[in-house]
Amino acid sequence: MSSEEAFVSIRGMSFSHGNRLIYDNIDLDIPRGKVTAIMGPSGTGKTTLLRLIGGQLLPTTGTIKVDGHNVPTLKRAQLFELRKQTMGMLFQSGALFTDLSVFDNVAFPIRVHTDLPESMIRDLVLMKLEAVGLRGARRLMPAELSGGMARRVALARTIALDPEMMLYDEPFTGLDPISLSVTVKLIKSLNDALGLTSILVTHDVDEACSIADYVCLLSEGKVIGFDTPENLINSGSEQVRQFMQGKPDGPVPFHFPANDFSADLFKRVK
Amino acid sequence: MLKLIDKILDSIQLLGQMGLARLQALGHAGVFLLSSIPWGGPGSAGFGDLIKQIYSIGVRSLSIVIVAGFFIGMVLGLQGYTILSDFGSEAALGSMVSLTLLRELGPVVTALLFAGRAGSALTAEIGLMKATEQISAMEMMGVDPLKRIITPRLWAGFISMPILALLFSLVGIWGGAYVGINLLGVDEGAYWGNMQASVEFYDDVIKGLVKSLVFGFVVTWIAVYQGFNSTPTSEGISKATTQTVVVASLAVLGLDFILTAIMFGSI
Repeated sequence: MSSEEAFVSIRGMSFSHGNRLIYDNIDLDIPRGKVTAIMGPSGTGKTTLLRLIGGQLLPTTGTIKVDGHNVPTLKRAQLFELRKQTMGMLFQSGALFTDLSVFDNVAFPIRVHTDLPESMIRDLVLMKLEAVGLRGARRLMPAELSGGMARRVALARTIALDPEMMLYDEPFTGLDPISLSVTVKLIKSLNDALGLTSILVTHDVDEACSIADYVCLLSEGKVIGFDTPENLINSGSEQVRQFMQGKPDGPVPFHFPANDFSADLFKRVK
Repeated sequence: MLKLIDKILDSIQLLGQMGLARLQALGHAGVFLLSSIPWGGPGSAGFGDLIKQIYSIGVRSLSIVIVAGFFIGMVLGLQGYTILSDFGSEAALGSMVSLTLLRELGPVVTALLFAGRAGSALTAEIGLMKATEQISAMEMMGVDPLKRIITPRLWAGFISMPILALLFSLVGIWGGAYVGINLLGVDEGAYWGNMQASVEFYDDVIKGLVKSLVFGFVVTWIAVYQGFNSTPTSEGISKATTQTVVVASLAVLGLDFILTAIMFGSI
């Protein structure tokens, strides 16, 4: 993939949290205009990757370029400008402002970043809420929403300023089947309609494969596979296949490393 | 012998590490304050939000401050009367109650109540915003949470605290008058007259106000800093809230000594 096609381009990036090395010198390109799913076992630092791309965490070494800007070297004001212009992030919890109504939550970024008249803000907010099917819920407070609805409102708020790239943090977790299919459909249709670049962190192999153009598999600080979902499911690597097909045992062992079981059982307790 | 030396060296090292960590935290809190301090106005959310914060920090602390002020004034009246009547100078009760309140108890007790009522609420509110990713969401929208969330709260604390302290003193003086005049029979004219004669506007009222301004600023600073830097878990938030009340109370008492020494004392 040439770098013009890549919206996010990561080179030689390492990141440690305390003494733990989370990313070990990884290279990764996220293609422009596509849905890329980042998957991997729990605790591999998938959400950390989103925060690194968004500039909320700084890598120990390496570059993370978003649309040509190297995020870790940006000044605070430049970083806020880049986020305002290009990025939108949907948090796992929705992260709605609890003291504002649904309408005001969606209007928040527009009010802060533009000088549009209130009548135009109203139209914009209603359009965004209509896109997620919650125009009728605009007067509700976040506490009155179900988890799925809160996430859709958050989605409407995230697209309020028409970002070029969307970062989704575990968008499918804890949703009932109906909300789940609504969210899956929304992510795909928004991506196609608005020509976004979407990066989606998830555990959900089936849902991710149904909408992702590419899947990036992470394990133990390395990229162990980056390809289309079909190619990864039939991958030659046993480790990749174990994850994609959800097998309980394989290269990633079922057991957490421990000493011999019988020796452990018969050990004299002091 | 070598082991003993090792142990001593270890504890010296630990002490140094602790000192460095405290110093680093202080530096961090200073940078935090400088980046959120309201040089240009009430923060990016405008005056509407400032009013809202003054309401939740100041107005909602009114009841506790007024009730506490009245009781403390009454106790001062009782205790003062008992001591003063031994010397036959009950008439000086008004001066005693009002000077004690304006110079010391008003600013200090209000600041302690303020730390318990408003400071802990601020820490918990900001800590929960952090735990529910609202602060991260704001950052990712390109909105600086320091200017948006911290600045108006700092202003609100700075504005509310002196007003609360003045009200505390006012109600306390009434409480003292109620006990002294109505219950113990101190002459009403003597109570108010002596008070008027001995209380100086600059030396007592303004100096007390300066104290409460400093306390308001420090308590709010500690509260928002603790909230903003709390670990975003239920345990982390509860720890930060406790920390706010403990650190802010100690800071108020320590600063009170320093301010008293500078403004009233002749050390």
